[in-house]
Amino acid sequence: MSETPLAPQDLGRLHLEPQYATARQQAETAAFGMWVFLATEVLFFGGMLFGYTYLRATFPEGFAEAARETHVIIGTINTVVLLTSSFTMAWAVHAAERDRRRATALLLAATALLGLLFLGLKGLEYYKEWEEGVVPGLNFHKDGPNAHVAAMFYYLYFMLTGVHGLHVTIGIGLVALMAVRAWRGGFSARYYTPVEVTGLYWHFVDLVWIFLYPLIYLAGRSGP
Amino acid sequence: MTTATFTGQSEEPAPGSQASYLTAEGFTLRSWLLTKDHKRIAILYTISITLFFFVGGAAATLIRFNLVTPPGLFQPDTYNRLFTMHGIVMVWFFLIPSIPTTLGNFLIPLMIGAKDLAFPRLNLLSWYLFVIAGVLGLIAIGAGGVDTGWTFYTPFSTMYSNGYVVLALAAVFVSGFSSILTGLNFIVSIHRLRAPGLTWYRLPVFCWSNYATALILVLATPILAITLALVAVERLLKVGIFDPALGGDPLLFQHLFWFYSHPAVYIMILPGFGVISEIVPCFARKPLFGYKFVVWSSIAIAGIGFFVWAHHMFVAGISLYAGLVFSLLSYIIAVPSAIKVFNWTATLHKGWISFDAPMLYALGFIGLFTIGGLTGLFVANLAFDVHATDTYFVVAHFHYIMVGGMVSAYFGGLHYWWPKITGRLYPEWWARIAAILIFFGFNLTFFPQFILGYLGMQRRYASYPPEFQIWNVLSSAGASILAVGYALPLFYLGWSLWRGQKAGPNPWAATGLEWRTPSPPPPHNFDVTPTVTRPPYQYRPDPEPQDV
Ligand code: HEM
Ligand SMILES: [Cu+2]
Repeated sequence: MSETPLAPQDLGRLHLEPQYATARQQAETAAFGMWVFLATEVLFFGGMLFGYTYLRATFPEGFAEAARETHVIIGTINTVVLLTSSFTMAWAVHAAERDRRRATALLLAATALLGLLFLGLKGLEYYKEWEEGVVPGLNFHKDGPNAHVAAMFYYLYFMLTGVHGLHVTIGIGLVALMAVRAWRGGFSARYYTPVEVTGLYWHFVDLVWIFLYPLIYLAGRSGP
Repeated sequence: MTTATFTGQSEEPAPGSQASYLTAEGFTLRSWLLTKDHKRIAILYTISITLFFFVGGAAATLIRFNLVTPPGLFQPDTYNRLFTMHGIVMVWFFLIPSIPTTLGNFLIPLMIGAKDLAFPRLNLLSWYLFVIAGVLGLIAIGAGGVDTGWTFYTPFSTMYSNGYVVLALAAVFVSGFSSILTGLNFIVSIHRLRAPGLTWYRLPVFCWSNYATALILVLATPILAITLALVAVERLLKVGIFDPALGGDPLLFQHLFWFYSHPAVYIMILPGFGVISEIVPCFARKPLFGYKFVVWSSIAIAGIGFFVWAHHMFVAGISLYAGLVFSLLSYIIAVPSAIKVFNWTATLHKGWISFDAPMLYALGFIGLFTIGGLTGLFVANLAFDVHATDTYFVVAHFHYIMVGGMVSAYFGGLHYWWPKITGRLYPEWWARIAAILIFFGFNLTFFPQFILGYLGMQRRYASYPPEFQIWNVLSSAGASILAVGYALPLFYLGWSLWRGQKAGPNPWAATGLEWRTPSPPPPHNFDVTPTVTRPPYQYRPDPEPQDV
């Protein structure tokens, strides 16, 4: 699009900081910063995924056995919920780009609600697991030859989904904040960087789940 | 995407009439603690890490005291806490932040001709995280300390240690996020905020080195963070994946720890390479020899550094085949380091060398780093490492690089840019005395440790067989000289803040954008965004015009 000068009322909304020459430079830099941050995040989860892979290679049977007992139905529903939320998020960014204020705000709100639904279902799953006594260290009542492997599996399960859940929670907060700002007319086609950057983060959180889902729920159910 | 552009000028005071960054916001505590100016944040960091340098130094002093006599002065348990505290403080609270957060924060925006880093609030946040981490660490120390060594090896750290392990882990964990934010800011700023004409190959090597460091900070630190979090949970809940008693694998911890910590040793040297690459051309009055080789060797080190970690585990139970591969890779990573040494030496060749204090530090760096790097090759050799591992040979190896190299580079850089940072010249004579004391004190402290290690003295023990005493006494004597050398700058640099001669914008007649703005610089660094028209280090035959 052409780079037309801005109307004065838009200037204030650009939040242009002194180190940037143009609003475009600032917007692109913000997005780039988020990408670099996500690179950090990949490695953050990567450390745990490496531990998971390492131990699963060492104890294939024990891991499969434990993974078979996970709640695949809830996990699958949650996958659908998160994927849908990514869709609404992408749509919200699209709407923001087109200056559709109400649509942006509503889509962001929908995204946040789907995130809450995810957390609710996850909480239900945790509750069931507590009842079943598979929470290592706090409430763990499994026995049998592979009990210690199951304990490690569930330990990693809780660490991975716990850290992921923390990310979802932060994401919900950010998305809700964006929804409020959008509703109040804080964004325009010229300035919607925060929505875009929040979107990047949200998609990342979704993507992590796409990796966790097969590792947790499908690992023990594949094969004969 | 829409491309809205706003090209108005932000309001700028007339040139010459403005206050410097030190005076512009006033002198209130509030103006410092809430500043977003990268230069002020650099000062905040400098004060913080200086404090930790002396905390870590106090522990080192006690360690050397203990080792003067074979039976030792302290109980073994106390001794364990001392060297652990020394390691943790020096690695995470001094050396890793040292050059990036102080000189890097101060200089990168100046060198790229920007008004600030890309994310000034994030920059301030990273300092606060550092302070929180530091306080947690100091509480852990004050409460009674930690006895695991800086490496937190499991299962000792998770099951047996009776120190304040979780608190120390939390401290390192939080400091990690501070590092990550600094790295993120550097990467983004160098990509996005370079002045017109400042192409990648015109970028000063200091920026390149910090860029390479930032890559490691961003990509390796999260692994450390999550690993330490897993250790903490394992210790608290007695469940986990590292303790063999729980079915876990301690080697898994070592893999994860060194996957961070080997790259981290390059966090602790690459910024030093950057400083030396600025100082040597300036005091040899010659362009840096082989600029592109120096640049790409930094990037190569950052990359290959991720694939050599298991050389810390040669005797820990990895397979011989894995040992061979990691040994070979460790040899390969020495190549880019050697390239740099050759380039600095070639820069000196036929230069018009002057021996001001920064140059003394730089020359010391080149010699000491070379020794440290070469002995790295010794311990990267499988057969030799079986003999040398966990001895003082390894201790000497890494101190030659980390202290002889990086700390010298930090001091060199501090002197070199002191006039820019403070607007005052430091007293040259005193500075040279300190540099020389540090060089000799350092060698006397650490060279005997190569011999001790070769003779078989194990590290991390409070007592030792009497035949090793002579070398230990020499080492402790050296340490006292070193301590004087490190304390001196505190006095004469402090003195120069008030009494030093006023420095002009460019006291060294150096190239580089940071010298083209007043000393100390104005809040937003440049009155007019500078334009760059030539490669860096044009000292000869055609010195850079000063009036651009
Ligand atoms: C020239 C490239 C290098 C090579 C080939 C190399 C090789 C090695 C090897 C094989 C060890 C393990 C020895 C053992 O535990 O038995 C080691 C230890 C160590 N190196 Fe290096 N190194 C190099 C550069 C560096 C640099 C640049 C630094 C720091 C700035 C460094 C810091 C350390 C530290 C801290 C340890 C000891 C860790 C511990 O066990 O506490 N090294 N090095
Ligand atoms: Cu290493």
